[in-house]
Amino acid sequence: MTLQFDARVGERGFDLSFRVAPGETVAVLGPNGAGKSTLLNLVAGLLRPDAGRATLGGEVLFDTAAGAFAAPHIRGISMLAQDALLFPHLSVLENVAFGPRSAGVRAAAARSAARDWLAEADALELADRRPAELSGGQAQRIAVARALASEPRLLLLDEPMAALDVSVSPAIRRMLRRVLADRAAIVVTHDILDAFTLADRVIVLDGGAIVDGGVTAQVLERPRIRFTAGLAGLNLLTGVRTVGGLVGDDGVELRGAAAEPVAVGARAAASVRPSAVEVSLLEPDGTRNRMRGTVRDLEPRGDLVRVRTEVLSADVTPARAAELDLAAGTPVWLAFPEKALSVYPAG
Amino acid sequence: MRTGLGGIPRWVAAIAAVGALFVLLPLAAMTTRVNWAEFLPLITSESSVAALLLSLRTSLAATALCVLLGVPMALVLARARFRGQRILRALVLLPLVLPPVVGGIALLYTFGRRGLIGQGLEVLGVSIAFSTTAVVLAQTFVALPFLVLSLEGALRTVGTRYEAVGATLGASPTTVLRRVTLPLVLPALLSGAVLSFARALGEFGATLTFAGSLQGTTRSLPLEIYLQRETSPDTAVALSLVLVVVAVVVVGFAHRAGAGVHLSAGLRS
Repeated sequence: MTLQFDARVGERGFDLSFRVAPGETVAVLGPNGAGKSTLLNLVAGLLRPDAGRATLGGEVLFDTAAGAFAAPHIRGISMLAQDALLFPHLSVLENVAFGPRSAGVRAAAARSAARDWLAEADALELADRRPAELSGGQAQRIAVARALASEPRLLLLDEPMAALDVSVSPAIRRMLRRVLADRAAIVVTHDILDAFTLADRVIVLDGGAIVDGGVTAQVLERPRIRFTAGLAGLNLLTGVRTVGGLVGDDGVELRGAAAEPVAVGARAAASVRPSAVEVSLLEPDGTRNRMRGTVRDLEPRGDLVRVRTEVLSADVTPARAAELDLAAGTPVWLAFPEKALSVYPAG
Repeated sequence: MRTGLGGIPRWVAAIAAVGALFVLLPLAAMTTRVNWAEFLPLITSESSVAALLLSLRTSLAATALCVLLGVPMALVLARARFRGQRILRALVLLPLVLPPVVGGIALLYTFGRRGLIGQGLEVLGVSIAFSTTAVVLAQTFVALPFLVLSLEGALRTVGTRYEAVGATLGASPTTVLRRVTLPLVLPALLSGAVLSFARALGEFGATLTFAGSLQGTTRSLPLEIYLQRETSPDTAVALSLVLVVVAVVVVGFAHRAGAGVHLSAGLRS
């Protein structure tokens, strides 16, 4: 069941094409307004494209040239949103039985199927409750069961964990990993962890277009472009491969280990985690990699402060940031050990 | 429940009290004029019972007609998008602000013997004006906006997110309407129907103009009260009290159904 998708929506500047292979889960990453929701709504049939063509398993979802548009309910594509959106007037069991009932299954058979799906979602004991009596995590569990019960050919997930308490999202994530293992799905998320846990492949959107994509680990651990590196929370450096590391585009010699072989003299990229980078006012001693930079801004992140410079970002403790009296415009040294720099081919 | 003014200035509360008195005092004044000794015979006289039964019958029929026509109208106004939608909404709600007597004249020139449609119906042997059907039509004409208005508001409040979920679960538009949309707005539909019923029950001007005042056929309770006011004020007062009681029950019911709307709206977030 392959999804082939190609669509343009003029007013939103949306223009992209991609495919989802049978059984494959694709994560869609990107900032707000990148076109992630537009993509899901186009696939689900809740929005009409200005131009384009999409097919699922050979059946046309839309084809503007031929004037074809399949209504959402005949596409066999179900959507799981941020909010569970359980029908408040139906019991949990009736919510899950809604899909089978709509497909024409008789009431008793639909309820028995619903029980099976509730068991699959580990929520059979909630069958007789009303949605108002459920916690956020329980409701989302039921929503997953309801979406699966309609036996969709493709499952769409729109930030399924975003509205959940952090204490329950690991359990939901684990369940989603289980049910998505052999299903075709598109997961929109801004959480890198979701992409790593759930997706075989990622596509990165910005301004309505695909700017990056590939196998999840490849894209997120060895980013080729700054934008993806930013999403993955990594510093990206580009330059030319040397025997011991690379020479940055700004001429700085850096040493690091090759994560993937790159021929000496070829274009190379390298990444380093902000948490591995140390900030000092004076040039550091020793043999660590070092770069000069000027502080652009400081952003508190939990128990750390992210210090952004024009070359690298570094995570330091608040105490360290105060001790160094860091502010926008402060010239600093940034240092990180050789083993923190991973070198791979440039994109 | 905690009581208190909730930060409202005292003088505002005082004016509000005057307003409440303005509404309640006339009703109290009327009850002081009720001839309790004769009350039961007065409201069970032949003409009273005929008017009461006619009013109930026609109002129920008008309410059914309002639901039948008003639910699709509210759905179209709340969900569809087309040119001239705002103008159409304003026109559909016109009977709300139109003097009922004007509505009656308009109906007469539509369904009357020489009316736009009435002429054709007359040829087919159907005569609507000055019949019980005319009473129902007059009541529907004035009551329909109440149902459309309250249902359209509820449809907008509920939003389309549940409907979208229903569609992606494989439910056809008709199934979504039956199993998702209508159950979600049921409280508003009930309160809208009750308001329409109340408006139909009180209809006077359009009925008198379009249907006339024939005992047992078109003389509904308000018409009977107006007629009795000249000859038997006691009967008029007694029947008025009956209408007041019905109105209070109806308002109470609509209020409870309305509370249900807020409840379901609150569940969404």
